[in-house]
Amino acid sequence: MDNKSVEPSRWLMEIRPTDKRMNLNFKEIWRYKDLILLFVKRDFKARYKQTLLGPAWAVIQPLLTTVVFSIIFGSLAKLTTADVEGSTLKMPAFLFFMTGTIFWAYFSGTVSATSSTFIENVRIMSKVYYPRMVTPISTAFSNLISYFIQLALFVVLLVIFVVIGIAEVSLTWFSLMIPALIVQMMMLSTGVGILISAFTTKYRDLRMLVTFGLQLWEYLSPIPYGLSMIPERLMWLYMLNPITPIITAMRYAFFGTGYFNLVYYLISLAVTIVIFIFGMIMFNRIERTFADTV
Amino acid sequence: MEELMIQVENVAKRYRLGMIGRTTLREEIQRKKAKRRNQEDPTVKIGRETDYSYGDTFLALDGVSFEVKKGEALGIIGHNGAGKSTLLKLINRITAPTEGVIRLNGRVASMLEVGTGFHPELTGRENIYLNGAILGMTKKEIESKMEQIIEFSECRKFIDTPVKRYSSGMYVKLGFSVAAHLDSEIMIMDEVLAVGDVAFQNKCISKMKEVAKSGKTILYVSHNMATIRNLCNRCIVLSAGKKIFDGEVEEAIEHYVTRDFSLNSETILDSLKRPYRTTALTHMKRITYLGGENGVFEMGDILRFQLDWSAKRAFDRMKLRLGIFTVSQIAVGVSFTEDFSVQEGENSEIFSLDISHLLPGKYCLELLMIELDDNESQVKHDVLHKDAVIFEIVASEEKKLFRAVNRDWGHYVLPETKCE
Repeated sequence: MDNKSVEPSRWLMEIRPTDKRMNLNFKEIWRYKDLILLFVKRDFKARYKQTLLGPAWAVIQPLLTTVVFSIIFGSLAKLTTADVEGSTLKMPAFLFFMTGTIFWAYFSGTVSATSSTFIENVRIMSKVYYPRMVTPISTAFSNLISYFIQLALFVVLLVIFVVIGIAEVSLTWFSLMIPALIVQMMMLSTGVGILISAFTTKYRDLRMLVTFGLQLWEYLSPIPYGLSMIPERLMWLYMLNPITPIITAMRYAFFGTGYFNLVYYLISLAVTIVIFIFGMIMFNRIERTFADTV
Repeated sequence: MEELMIQVENVAKRYRLGMIGRTTLREEIQRKKAKRRNQEDPTVKIGRETDYSYGDTFLALDGVSFEVKKGEALGIIGHNGAGKSTLLKLINRITAPTEGVIRLNGRVASMLEVGTGFHPELTGRENIYLNGAILGMTKKEIESKMEQIIEFSECRKFIDTPVKRYSSGMYVKLGFSVAAHLDSEIMIMDEVLAVGDVAFQNKCISKMKEVAKSGKTILYVSHNMATIRNLCNRCIVLSAGKKIFDGEVEEAIEHYVTRDFSLNSETILDSLKRPYRTTALTHMKRITYLGGENGVFEMGDILRFQLDWSAKRAFDRMKLRLGIFTVSQIAVGVSFTEDFSVQEGENSEIFSLDISHLLPGKYCLELLMIELDDNESQVKHDVLHKDAVIFEIVASEEKKLFRAVNRDWGHYVLPETKCE
């Protein structure tokens, strides 16, 4: 470094009182990419340490849920597992439920973990500075690993089912949507999570509501039943739930049959983006002073 | 010209009492405030009563400004609740200031708490990566220092064992080792840094010294004046959220320790807070130095003073215990008076203490009124804070030798050595 005196404009960083301005520093988050990576590793490793089955739990949990769903909602309650009526393709209820449960495992896991970002990490965050967004970002990615393991299992099962003739799929170009849908799933769950986290620093009440709210939300989404349960005249209302178009589109992408409405999907995409950006703004506003309020 | 690394401009941090709705924080601030006001029991909810009502604000920092140049090691001292931690939190971006600007010209790394973010399930090596990254290092930087860190931590044997199996000593050693190898231009250090056994503590201090000498800019907070002297080349003193001194280390320490006390020939003791509970059967009211000039004595003088006190009943065998401390609270020696009797009501007595062997400097006089019971143990009737009464000794013309006192000499000059 040179020994010249530094002009005020050449300061690397200025810390000013909180203002309403957005100052998301993506460059800084990028500088901490190693930390994100390490957090992801830590989350994933620590989750299955001292368990006999290890990462197999990532597979067992959704499998069990799917079995329960298949028995209760499928065999006992006999809820429909079709998104549109009169599909000619065979589709076992088990695979139908599995798409929903693994999606939900990701969504609820990410929302509940990111929504307590500040509260859970207050000890470290009130000692050391690092961009606070690093934590929810790494949660989103570490859960994604579990999701991919589950997705891989799903694909294997799908292939087996097709080969032995229990299931039929018709692959279409729409299958290429899957990565985009996964990205949207990440954005929506992170957005909802950080939005809640911004409010829970002051009002812990929200935290109590998260568990209950997530459960309610699950039943308001076509996860334990098919979309064809919903009467056509209420469809517009039902579709305002941004999750619905993502799940139905995902099933459409996997099975080649189902429900896809571009307008509803675009609304869902718009809602996702709005929630994500709004969540970032709120998170950014809170992160600078949360240490005083938590 | 030297490069500025930190510029703190008129920074204030305001907390609003009671507005957060969380009792713990409220209590914490009240405790802070209590400490600041010299209240004895910090957990007493003073806010409940009269002083602070719901919604009152409290300035933890009040218009602090200073600059730090490249390579400076700045010590920050002040009593509890003076605003030191708040200041570090602001520079460290843990919370934002209410007013003012802080400008930084380099990455800030804080060594505030060692081992923050260690995950018990991960191995020592994995935790070095994690901790280093939390403190702002990249993976490459950590990798290049991995060997040094492991070596320094003295935990090589267990480096691939989960840290939950570590002893607490190993845990903090590893934590310090990561923090000590940070490579930021600005380093924030806290006193709790020196950890582990004595040997490792010394290692920590010398490592910190090494860091300080390496041209990095250091902010160091401590209550330990010895390490402040050791590490810093400049010091600021905070008191009640304000900067009250900025400059040379020794001067700052003196300023900090003697804060509001100026040298006087008379000190009123009546209204002073007592540090702890006593029988309170006697109450010291005033001390007046006889001789000396406004509490300044020449080396070789006898310390004569008159003490006034009141007593609730008469005593036959009262004693006065006099503790001599340096202004940085290092004990120099103790002296007991002969027994004297005390009558009920007002009392006054003149005492003299031979302080001719004390080296020049400022000293605190701790006063305790005690009575010896049958087992020769002390029953305390009245006790004053160590730093309540101070006096200074200066070297006279014929004792020029002692003008420039070397710190290594201690505080006491032994009787002259004779030639035989």
